[in-house]
Amino acid sequence: MRTLTELSRDSAHARQEQIGQNKGDGPLARDTESGTSQGSAGHSAAHESAIKHVTGRAAYIDDLPAPADALHVAIGFSPVAHGRLTRLDLDKVRHAPGVIDVITIVDVPGHTDIGPVFPGDPIFVDDEISYLGQSVFAVAATSYKAARLAVRLAVVEIDEQPIQLDPIAAAEAGDVVRPTHVQQSGDWQQALDSAPHVLEREQFVGGQEHFYLEGQACLVTPTEDEGVTVFTSNQHPSETQKLVAEVINVPFHAVTVETRRMGGGFGGKETQASSWACIAALFARRTGRAIRLRLPRAEDTRATGKRHPFHNRYRLGFDNQGVLIGGDITIIGDCGYSPDLSEAIVDRAMFHADNAYSLGDARVTGHRARTNTASNTAFRGFGGPQGMMIIEAAMDDIARHIGEDPLTVRKRNLYRAGRDVTHYGQSVDQHSLILEIIERLEASSDYWKRRKAIIEFNARSPIVKKGLALTPVKFGISFTAKHLNQAGALLHVYTDGSVMINHGGTEMGQGLHTKVCQVVARELGLDLAQVRITATRTDKVPNTSPTAASSGADLNGMAARDAASQIRERLFDFAAEHYAIDREGMMMENGDLVAFNRRIPWGELVQAAYLSRISLSAKGFYSTPLIHYDRNTGKGRPFYYFAHGAAAAEVEVDTLSGEYRLTRVDILHDVGDSLNPAIDMGQVEGGFIQGMGWLTTEELKWNAQGRLLSDGPATYKIPAFGDLPPEFNVELLQGHPNSQASIYRSKAVGEPPFMLGISVWSALCDALASLVDYRQAPRLDTPATPERVLMAAEALRQSPAFAPSVETSDDLA
Amino acid sequence: MIDFYLNGQRQQCADISPDTSALELLRVYLGKTGTKEGCASGDCGACTVAVGEPDGSGGLAYHNANACIMPAHQLSGCHVVTVEGLARGDALHPVQAAMVDCHGSQCGFCTPGIIMSLFTLHEGQRHQPAPLTQERLESALGGNLCRCTGYRPIRDAALRMGDYPDTHPTWADDPDLPRNVETLSTDATRMSQSAPEAATGYTAPRDLAALREVRRQQPDARLVAGGTDLWLEVTQQLKSLDEVVDIREVTELNGIEETPHGWWVGAAVTFRRLEPLFTEHYPAFAHLMHRFASSQIRNRATMGGNVANASPIGDTPPVLLALGARLALDGPEGEREIPIDAFFLDYKQTALKAGEFIRAIFLPHLADRQLKVWKLSKRREDDISAVLAAFSWRLDNGVMKDVRLAYGGMAAIPRRALQAEAALEGQSPSRAAFEAARAALRHEFQPLDDVRGSSEYRLVAAANLLERLRLMLEKETSHDNNTTEICLDAYAH
Repeated sequence: MRTLTELSRDSAHARQEQIGQNKGDGPLARDTESGTSQGSAGHSAAHESAIKHVTGRAAYIDDLPAPADALHVAIGFSPVAHGRLTRLDLDKVRHAPGVIDVITIVDVPGHTDIGPVFPGDPIFVDDEISYLGQSVFAVAATSYKAARLAVRLAVVEIDEQPIQLDPIAAAEAGDVVRPTHVQQSGDWQQALDSAPHVLEREQFVGGQEHFYLEGQACLVTPTEDEGVTVFTSNQHPSETQKLVAEVINVPFHAVTVETRRMGGGFGGKETQASSWACIAALFARRTGRAIRLRLPRAEDTRATGKRHPFHNRYRLGFDNQGVLIGGDITIIGDCGYSPDLSEAIVDRAMFHADNAYSLGDARVTGHRARTNTASNTAFRGFGGPQGMMIIEAAMDDIARHIGEDPLTVRKRNLYRAGRDVTHYGQSVDQHSLILEIIERLEASSDYWKRRKAIIEFNARSPIVKKGLALTPVKFGISFTAKHLNQAGALLHVYTDGSVMINHGGTEMGQGLHTKVCQVVARELGLDLAQVRITATRTDKVPNTSPTAASSGADLNGMAARDAASQIRERLFDFAAEHYAIDREGMMMENGDLVAFNRRIPWGELVQAAYLSRISLSAKGFYSTPLIHYDRNTGKGRPFYYFAHGAAAAEVEVDTLSGEYRLTRVDILHDVGDSLNPAIDMGQVEGGFIQGMGWLTTEELKWNAQGRLLSDGPATYKIPAFGDLPPEFNVELLQGHPNSQASIYRSKAVGEPPFMLGISVWSALCDALASLVDYRQAPRLDTPATPERVLMAAEALRQSPAFAPSVETSDDLA
Repeated sequence: MIDFYLNGQRQQCADISPDTSALELLRVYLGKTGTKEGCASGDCGACTVAVGEPDGSGGLAYHNANACIMPAHQLSGCHVVTVEGLARGDALHPVQAAMVDCHGSQCGFCTPGIIMSLFTLHEGQRHQPAPLTQERLESALGGNLCRCTGYRPIRDAALRMGDYPDTHPTWADDPDLPRNVETLSTDATRMSQSAPEAATGYTAPRDLAALREVRRQQPDARLVAGGTDLWLEVTQQLKSLDEVVDIREVTELNGIEETPHGWWVGAAVTFRRLEPLFTEHYPAFAHLMHRFASSQIRNRATMGGNVANASPIGDTPPVLLALGARLALDGPEGEREIPIDAFFLDYKQTALKAGEFIRAIFLPHLADRQLKVWKLSKRREDDISAVLAAFSWRLDNGVMKDVRLAYGGMAAIPRRALQAEAALEGQSPSRAAFEAARAALRHEFQPLDDVRGSSEYRLVAAANLLERLRLMLEKETSHDNNTTEICLDAYAH
C-alpha cells in the first residue's frame, strides 16, 4: 500500500498542474508565463497577503499599534436570558483599579437602537433583557485584565421572566420578529390531492457558530474634529460608519471606518461588528483617548448571533417515478431576539427550498420566530443551506419510498425544459448545466460501481455500514435587497506608473482583493505587482454594501473594471493626440500601450499624460441589472444568475458507536470562467468542509436557562485537520462561462460550495438506511453528531423493517 | 527574571507576574504580534510557537506549544521561535514557501500557528526523515484549527515542504546558540530557586527535597507542570495566581523506571516522552494518545497532571483504573502509595491531603492481560470524551479473569463498572454474559446530560462498547482478525 505521502504528493502536483493548465500558466502560482500580463485576471495568483500571512507581518486589529495611553474595554453582559433590569449599581466597577470610564444606555448622546435594517437592537439594555449575553454596560480601563475584572463587580438585579427557546411554539403563538411570507406557484392543494403518493416529514436543522479565528475587535481613535476613526474587523464598514455617527451624534463625514483584513468573517461581521465599534467610539469621544475593544472567545460566542437553526416541514406529492407534482413546505427560522437580517435570511431559505428541483405546484411558507437567544445573523449561504435541507431530505425519502436510488430520483426532479420556472417565478436558464455537472460527476466518481460495492459490503458487514450520496447545489446570486447590488471603486495612477485601487469590498480571506487587483491589471495590461490595494476605507469609497452574498468580486470587480477602463480610454485618447497615432486598435499589453507599430511603455505614457494635465484618477461604479422581486406577490427575478455544483461523498459508519469517517469526496463546481482558479478552489474546498462541519460535529447547545453551553473550541467542534477526507477530488467546471454578463463571465464562489456539504449528511443517511434494507430514510437531524447517528441507528433497529445482515447478533435487534 | 532566547536574540524580562502567559509576554511585553490569540484556551493553535530545548547532544530540539496557556516563566532557558523568526530576509523558510505556493492561507489568522507546527515537523524531518503518513500529519497538525481552507492546501504544503531548499533562519547561523541556550537553561533553573526570584511568586525547585521544602513554605501555592489545564483558570476565569510552584525541573519527578512488575512514571513526565513506552507496551494507550488533545498539549502536559486534575472526563484515569495503576504520593507527612481506585473521591475531589502531591504513577506490566481503550467524542481529534471506556481482562481457558471495566464521562469521577465486571468475571465471553454486563451498567451509572452528550446516549454507547468488545472476542476466537466490519480502524484498535 502506498503511503499517504505518495498518494497526496501525486494529487498535490496534479492539482497544481490542473490549476495551471486551466489558464495555461505554470505549475506554481507565481510562475505565470510571459505573453500575458503576470497574474492578471484568470490566473492562479497567490493571495495578495500570502507572504505577509506566513511571516506574521499581516496585521489584524489587535496587532495595530495604539498610543500608550490607549484604554481597553470590557462589556458587562446580561447573566439571564429574559427579564427586566430593576437595579444596576456600578459604583464598585467605577472604583475598581485602572477603571477610567463606565457607560450604560443613558450615556449615549445619539441613537440607542442600532438595528441594521429594522429597529430592535439596543446598544445597551435599557429596561428589557432579551438574551443571555446582551450588553448591559461597558468599562474602559488601563488594561484588558483590569477592565474584565472590574466588570465582575457590578450589582445587577433582574426581574426574571419566562424564556422562549422553542421557535415552533413562538411561531405558533405568532411571536415573530417579522411577518410571515409566502411564495406560491399553481394550486398546491390540488397537486397534493391528485398525487399518487404523498409523504411528509419534519426536520431540525441546527445553527452554526461562525468561529472566525479573529474574534470581534476594533480600535477607535478620536479625531481632532467631533468624530472618530474606526479600525475594525468588519464586513460592512459603511454601515458601521452610519451607526457610529448616529450613536455619537455626529454627521457621517466625521466618522471614518477602515478595514484592512479580517481574520475570518463568514457573515458574522456583517451586522454584528458594529455594536463594538459604537461602544468604543463612545469611550473615545468621552475620554479623548484611543480605545481597544476585543471580545474574549467565550463572550464573543455568547454575545453574537449565529446561523439560524431551522425547523422545516414538507408535505409533497409525487408520481410513480418519484417526480414531484407539488405540495407544501413550511420553514421556521429561529431568529433569536430581534430582526437583524432575518427577513432576508428566511426569504433566502424559501428561495432555496427547491434547490435544483422543480417543486411543481407548491407553496413555501417562511416564519421568523422570536426566541431569547442572540440575534441570529448572516452566515455563508444566508438561509439557503437550511432551506435546501428540507428538499434534499424529501429526495431521500421519495427514493426510499419508491425503491429507487436517491441519485436517480434527484436527477428526475431537476429543472428541465418545461419545468424550468421556480416557485417564485424566476426561470432557470442554465438547467441543462446542472444535469451535465451531475452526470460528469457520476462518471468521474464511479458512482454506480461504488454503489454496487457498498450494497454488497453492507449486506455482509454487521456493524460498519457504508453510505454514498451525490447531491447538487443551485444557488442564487444577488442580494435579495435590490439596493445593495451596487459598488464603487477608486483608482489612482501615480506618476511612477504604480497603481492603487480601492473599492467597497472587504477582505476576509476569500481573495477578493487579489481578484480585484487582477481585474485592474488585466484592464491596464500591467503586471499584477504594479497594482496595489490598501485598506477598505469609507473616505475612499463611500456608501458601500456589505461584503456578503458571494457578491464581492461580482460587484467590486465590475466597479474596479469600470474605473480602470475609464483610465485606459482616457489614456488612449491622450495618446492618439499626443503621439499623433490612430486610436483604433490601441491595446494595453505587457506594460505597454500598443498601437500598430508603436509600443509606448506604461511609465512613459503616464508621465506624459501627467505633464499634459490629464487626470490619472477615476472612480468606478456598478449596479447589477435585471433583478427585481415583489414581496407582495412573492414573484420576480431576485437573482442575476445561479451558481451550480455537485458533490459525491462516501462515509463509513459504526452503527454501534455512531462514529463515522468521511472516506472520499468528489466535487465538480461551476465558477463560470474563473477569475483565479487557485482562489476559487480554496473557496470550494473550504466551503465544503465548513458545510460538512455545520452538518456533523458543530453542535450549539443551550441549557434551559438560555445559556449557550458550547461557547468555545473546547465544546464547539469545527472540523480539524483529520476530518479532511483522505481522498478529495475537486474540480472546477471548465468551458461554461456565465450566461450573464458578470465580470469576465465568472461566477460568485463564496457561498455556493458550502452546500456541497449536504452530500455528507445524505451519505450518513444512506449508510443508516442500509440497516432497513433501504426501505426507509432515517430521521437524522443535524448536526449529525456521533450521538445523533447512534440514536438514529438504534431507532432503525427498533423498526419493523430492520434487516440484520447475516452475522449480526440478534440481541441488538 | 525570565531569561531566554527569542528568534536567536537574548531576552531578559524582569518583574513578570507568575500568572503571565507566554503569549502575553510575546504580544504585550515584547510587541511580537505575529503570534495570535484565537481562543486563549489551547484549543485552536493560533498561538503556536516552537520551543527549543537542549537535545542532550549539543543541539536544540523543537516542539510546538500553545503560548496562550503556557506560563511565561517556562520560557526561561529556552529558545523560542515565532513566525517572525523563520524567513531569512526576503527568502522564505521552506514551510512558508510551501504554504504560499499551495495557497495554504486565506484569512491568515491561523497561519502563524500552522507555520510553527509545520516548522517543528520540518525540524523533525531534518533530523530524522520519515514518511509523512496521514497519522503523522494528523498528530502534527491536529491542534491547529483553520476555518477557511478546509486543510487540503495545508496538507499539500506539509507534503511539499521537503522539496524546497533548506534555507536556515538567520539565527541558525550562530553556532553558539545551542550552547548558550544550554548554559542559560542551567542558569535559569539555578536562578529561579534563588531568593529574589521567589519574590515574584514563581518557584521552580530542582529536586524533591527542594519541592518538599517549598510545599512546606507555600502550602497554598498552585503546582504547575504543563499548565495546560491550570492556565485556563487564568485566561478563562481571570484568576490571579500569586504563588506558583513549577515541578517540571524536579529530577525525581522526571524518571521512567522499570521494575519487575511494571514502570514508575514520574509525575512531571510529559505525554510526549511516554509515547515510546506506550507504543511498545500498551498499544491501546498509544492509540488513545493520537486522540488525546493535540501535539501542542502532549508536548507539555503530564500524566500526573491529568490524574491530579481529577476530571470525570480526563482521558487517562479510566485507562489507569483498568490497568490497576498505583500512585506514589509525597508530602509534608511523608510518602505513601495508594491504588488509583482510592484516589478519586468525588467530583474534582481526590485523596491528596494538604501539601501532598503525586510523585509517580506505577503502570503494571500487561503480561497476559489485554487492554482496549475506546473514546467517543464529537470530533476525532483534539476533543474531550463524551464517554471513554477502558477494558482490561485476561482469558484463562476461554474464561474472562481479572476483568476491569472503567469509564470516564459516566459519573462524577472516573469509575469502574463493578457490577458489569462481576457479570463477566469467570464467564466465557458469551452473549448472555455480556447481555448481563450491559444491563448492569444501567444500574450503576446515572450519567449527566451535558454539552458533550445526553445521559441516554452515554448509557447506550457505554453498553454498545461492551458489545464491541464481545464482537472482537468472537472474532479472536474464530481466528478472524478482520475487524473492519465491526468497528472503524480510525477509532478502535
